[in-house]
Amino acid sequence: MRVGSVDGSRPALRVVLAEDSVLLREGLVGLLGRVGHEVVAAVGDADALLAAVAEHEPDVVVTDVRMPPGFQDEGLRAAVQLREARPGLPVLVLSQYVQRAYAAELLDSGDGTGVGYLLKDRVGQVEEFVDALGRVAGGGTVVDPEVVRQLLRRRRDPLERLTPREREVLALMAEGRSNGSIARRLVVSEAAVGKHIGGILAKLDLPPADETHRRVLAVLTYLRA
Amino acid sequence: MQPKSVWQAMARPGFLVSSWPWRAVGYLVSGVVVGSLVFLLVVLLAVAGGGLASVLVGLPLLAALALTGLPVGRVERLRLRIVDAEPVPDPHRVPVEPGLRAWVVVRIRERATWRELGYVVLFAGVLWPLDALVVVFGLIVPLSLVATPSLMAAVGGGREAKVLKVWTVTDWPTAFGCSVGGVVLLALGAYVLGVAAGARAGLTRLLIAARDVGLGERVVELALSRGRLVDAFEAERRRIERDLHDGAQQRLVALTVTLGVARLDAPPGPLADQLAKAQEQAGSALAELRELIHGIHPQVLTDYGLEAAVADAADRTAVPVDVGLDLPGRLPRAVESAAYFVVCEALTNVDRHSGATRAEVGGGHRDGLLLVEVRDDGCGGADPARGSGLTGLADRVSVLDGRLSLSSPPGGPTSLRVEIPCEWDQLTDRGRPSA
Repeated sequence: MRVGSVDGSRPALRVVLAEDSVLLREGLVGLLGRVGHEVVAAVGDADALLAAVAEHEPDVVVTDVRMPPGFQDEGLRAAVQLREARPGLPVLVLSQYVQRAYAAELLDSGDGTGVGYLLKDRVGQVEEFVDALGRVAGGGTVVDPEVVRQLLRRRRDPLERLTPREREVLALMAEGRSNGSIARRLVVSEAAVGKHIGGILAKLDLPPADETHRRVLAVLTYLRA
Repeated sequence: MQPKSVWQAMARPGFLVSSWPWRAVGYLVSGVVVGSLVFLLVVLLAVAGGGLASVLVGLPLLAALALTGLPVGRVERLRLRIVDAEPVPDPHRVPVEPGLRAWVVVRIRERATWRELGYVVLFAGVLWPLDALVVVFGLIVPLSLVATPSLMAAVGGGREAKVLKVWTVTDWPTAFGCSVGGVVLLALGAYVLGVAAGARAGLTRLLIAARDVGLGERVVELALSRGRLVDAFEAERRRIERDLHDGAQQRLVALTVTLGVARLDAPPGPLADQLAKAQEQAGSALAELRELIHGIHPQVLTDYGLEAAVADAADRTAVPVDVGLDLPGRLPRAVESAAYFVVCEALTNVDRHSGATRAEVGGGHRDGLLLVEVRDDGCGGADPARGSGLTGLADRVSVLDGRLSLSSPPGGPTSLRVEIPCEWDQLTDRGRPSA
């Protein structure tokens, strides 16, 4: 499938990008430009990221985790800080490795909407990456399949109550997919997906509330498991 | 066999005709010369240093005075070879770092430096006059007696000669009697000189040669250097991890991005297929590299500490693992790292050998001791000697004064405990995972 449909169906986003590797930063700028988004600032460290966001008020922030000066988790700190200062600012965090601990901390910032956490490897799958970026910018939650895979391997108590199909559905929910998207992926009807989600929410004892909120809670429950 | 010291030489026949009496004389006479010079040096430094102390110029002189034991000790160790063939080990350590400052610090901290200073005081004040006294009575007096007849012939005109400036001899028989007495005294004096030189050498060796007491210091130094080695090893792991992360990994990601963008522009067909394949291969390389880097030193350990890193290791284990580690803060890096790798090794063994269906990691920090225990419900019979990698980890734990104990009876269950004494590095509520 070509990516043209992505270009056409999604609004152009104003992006602030933080990535300390010049090579990769240039690559990302090129890629985002190629699919029709505008990188309003591309910076190399966390302080510059905070400054650039204040200056440009972007639609979405894309940041690396490990950046100068300490090369630890400065990017993640900055992302959490940004989300505390500006609730609702969508942030997509990219990392060389994914870790439940980081995902949990990131999702705990704000209400868990408009946030994403992906392995850098996913960037090469341009179509999926751009799709994920769009979902984050639109207020969705995107968690790397690798994190979900780590979680599902844990087979802790609440998870054991779910059927394999329900776990699959939950994994796709954690990736931020809509019911329709999940149905297409699993080659089942959308109604069947709705039934599975109902089962998941019931088994997790999630209080009846608006659907989106419960979906986020379901994902969070598993990230904290 | 040649005698190795003046003591051994004196116990043998033929001492009087060997070189050893002359060696004793040489040792004592050179002791007088060096001792008097040291006396002069010490007095000069003390007077000048003390007098000028008020104008600060004197302070370096006083500092130099405190370190006079170093050159004197060196000369004395060399001089000791005259009467003692046993090697004389230098008691000083070689400074680890270059530079004058490091050298002075090491020397000031060494007990040997102060023993040598004590020797200087003893040498300048007491020993060299004693050396002189022994030489006078053991050598010069008998020689003067021996020389009485010659003196009488040469100076006294054959009529009289003064013996030792106190007693006048006026006839030849007495003069020759003195001479014979002198020869006997000379022989006795050789033994006196030998005893004096031997005792003197023994005292010198005691004070300025490296002793077995230094063994304790060397053990401490060895333990410290082992600790430094482990730290260096740890730092090196981090450096390699960082180099791979900043270098090869970033380049591979950039490559997959370039390939991804190229795929957007490629018309469907063989070229697009090749690009997809290339991207897939780059992706596999990236995944392998990520696992490799994680094995070298996981970033989650650096960022979040032991609890999160253990939870991560549990996630990566095929056998379900319950983690019940309670650590409300960060521990010293070396401790976290050692405990983490022990847990990883244990979990790897659970997956590979135990046949367990469940495993559990528990523990916490109480009373200055980190305790981590990995248990499984497997078949047991684990043998640390069978190259399970636990031996190396036990060494690593022991550097931190910790203990690793394995209980694995045939039939199971297996339990591996690691205990490391340590204090909190920092208590933090930041980024605690909920595992």
